Amino acid sequence: MHSLDNLKKELSSVVKATTFSQYKFSESLGHGVLELPKEDIVPVIRFLRETGKFDFLMDVCGVDYPERQKRFDVVYHLFSSKTYQRLRIKVALAEGEEIDSITPFWKGANWFERETFDMFGIRFRGHPNLIKLLTHHQFVGHPLRKDYDADAQQHCDSALPIHFEPDPNYVEDGRSLVPLNIGPSHPATHGTLRVMVELDGEKIHRANVELGYLHRCFEKMAETHPYNQVIPYTDRLNYCSAPLNNVAYCKTVERLLGVEVPPKAQAMRIILSELARVIDHIVCIGANAVDLGALTTFFHLFTYREKVYTLFEKLCGARLTVALTRIGGMAQDAPPGWFNDVMQTVKEIRKGVDELDTLLSGNKIWIQRTQGVGAISADEAIAWGYTGPCLRAAGVSLDLRKADPYYMYGQLDFEVPIGSTGDVYDRYLVRVAEMRESLKIVEQVCKNIPEGDYTIRDRGIVLPEKKDVYGNIEGLMNHFMLIIKGLRPPVGEIYDATEGANGELGFYLVSDGSGRPYRLHVRPPCFAIYQSFSQQVTGGLVADVISVLGSMNLIAGELDR
Amino acid sequence: MNASTGSTAASASTSVGGTSVKDAQLEELSRSFAFTTRLDDIIAWGRKNSLWPMPYGTACCGIELMSVMGPKYDLARFGAEVVRFSPRQADLLIVAGTITEKMAPILVHIYQQMLDPKYVISMGACASSGGFYRAYHVLQGIDKVIPVDVFVPGCPPTPEAVLDGVLALQRLIATHQPRPWKDNWKAPDYAQLG
Repeated sequence: MHSLDNLKKELSSVVKATTFSQYKFSESLGHGVLELPKEDIVPVIRFLRETGKFDFLMDVCGVDYPERQKRFDVVYHLFSSKTYQRLRIKVALAEGEEIDSITPFWKGANWFERETFDMFGIRFRGHPNLIKLLTHHQFVGHPLRKDYDADAQQHCDSALPIHFEPDPNYVEDGRSLVPLNIGPSHPATHGTLRVMVELDGEKIHRANVELGYLHRCFEKMAETHPYNQVIPYTDRLNYCSAPLNNVAYCKTVERLLGVEVPPKAQAMRIILSELARVIDHIVCIGANAVDLGALTTFFHLFTYREKVYTLFEKLCGARLTVALTRIGGMAQDAPPGWFNDVMQTVKEIRKGVDELDTLLSGNKIWIQRTQGVGAISADEAIAWGYTGPCLRAAGVSLDLRKADPYYMYGQLDFEVPIGSTGDVYDRYLVRVAEMRESLKIVEQVCKNIPEGDYTIRDRGIVLPEKKDVYGNIEGLMNHFMLIIKGLRPPVGEIYDATEGANGELGFYLVSDGSGRPYRLHVRPPCFAIYQSFSQQVTGGLVADVISVLGSMNLIAGELDR
Repeated sequence: MNASTGSTAASASTSVGGTSVKDAQLEELSRSFAFTTRLDDIIAWGRKNSLWPMPYGTACCGIELMSVMGPKYDLARFGAEVVRFSPRQADLLIVAGTITEKMAPILVHIYQQMLDPKYVISMGACASSGGFYRAYHVLQGIDKVIPVDVFVPGCPPTPEAVLDGVLALQRLIATHQPRPWKDNWKAPDYAQLG
């Protein structure tokens, strides 16, 4: 609260007094909230950015309230890597009103604003390229508006030709350039990414990317499902590390509900999260290496990934998309001996990571293909909104497990590995080191599994056990009410973030007190990182495109949602 | 197509292993190393055991498909390990993952580039029906745009289920099942090749 008062005082000297009276300051679940008129967004953002009060723009999104006179909210989430404080800025807009783009202050605002335009039709004045981002080019309307039906499909019958972002500085100098299209179905893109480049010989003259080939309407689906039924959808965001998404989503809802999960559930969540982080890094490194010709790494590492999947299977029967958490705890307890199995597997994986280190870290070809490729400075990375291993490879030691420890992370002993140049090789090294740290965490937690229940037993939140549903009338009624009406968080909103495998995985949830989220927005880490791709590869060799693409660990499910 | 390999020796004499042999001898000799079959059977046998898949991995199922190809489940055991990323070199299209409306025209385009005989496996709930994405941007099943031979259920299907799907396709090929969905398929209007 103290910092919010400071902010209030400082802002009052920056902006005009007439508009300042319209500012509303409040505190919401540990985050500062600032509501301001649309004219003031640029001066306020400039002030916050240039004074270094907040160095990260984490997210920009929209919310639609059709019954309000000013129908839309544009919501900005800022974060400071020095004080670890967060600030939410909200601006109300009526239909047809425009707001100034904040891309001059944070390059990373680009795609977030484009997405908000695509989803809500909110126009950002001064945005360099305000066109659709996720929906296809023939799509009419703005799907996240409340008056757009969730299942109103619109067919598409063509793909866009190769295109580039408008650039006022671009001059055609008569050289003959070769256009090249990669994807959206290409082995090196591991998913549905489309990269378009213009080549001058082997060199990339300019580049562009197209998104949306896996836009599965996660946010709209979340609005049409009860809270617990959203969990399987979160699995399919970053499907390489599904438990991390489960945990992040459930943690968000639990914070809004004001409940804390029991220690045993926390321990299980940490184990699942860290194992998921390891296999996510395995997929990233394995696929990155296979694209550069190192097939052995891929096959070798996937053996260990299978071992982790075997553990998941033992726990719940599913391998990839586990949906293991529930709001309030876990879906079920671990079977007897499971934690010992985890310990055993951790030992094996550790050996695998060492072998990976031997295979790649000193490998001449690997080093030549990755060192100095895709290098990015810390400032650039922050301006783009990098988080996670890619940011840490650039030398910024920011890990939410340390910065803003949740669950038991504060009491665990682990390091945050960082690199220095931010190139593909450093990203690889950071990931390898992180795998070791994650294994360390899993071991520490497994050695001291807390006693007690795996879920809270609040009747308004968690389903009763099967024996109670079948055995007594209270259980039956409780079950019926929860299934029919769903759990209902209080009216309010929350932004909660966890450290995903790719970086900050944030959920912004608006609750209207009903059984379904009014609005659920995901801040996907690789979305922010991928924005910088065109700039990173321009001027480099075409072969390096593949190297950089692999190192960013782009998961289409999370990128396009 | 009833020619049997055992009765093809029509010439008066031929040379086997450098020595000249008579017809009767050849007949005798052939019994020791040849067997008779129908030509289309042996072609089907070859086809079913050397499917060259093109993995069209778009989402979570694509990740599970990696496991199918990987060391533990090892699709190579069924002769389908030669993964081709060019549709022109593949005869089996494995659609693994959600196909969105935006992706649909590209999927049709890829399918059209494959040479006959060609087969399609739809892996997982999303590819088969849109799955639980009853949503504004998701194609509600790839059979709306291309013919599908085998649907594999699951979200995502276990690697065992995908192997089962490949085996089902092999049976379909080996037994010369009619494929009306393929024979009567017409490309969507926008994809009519001029």
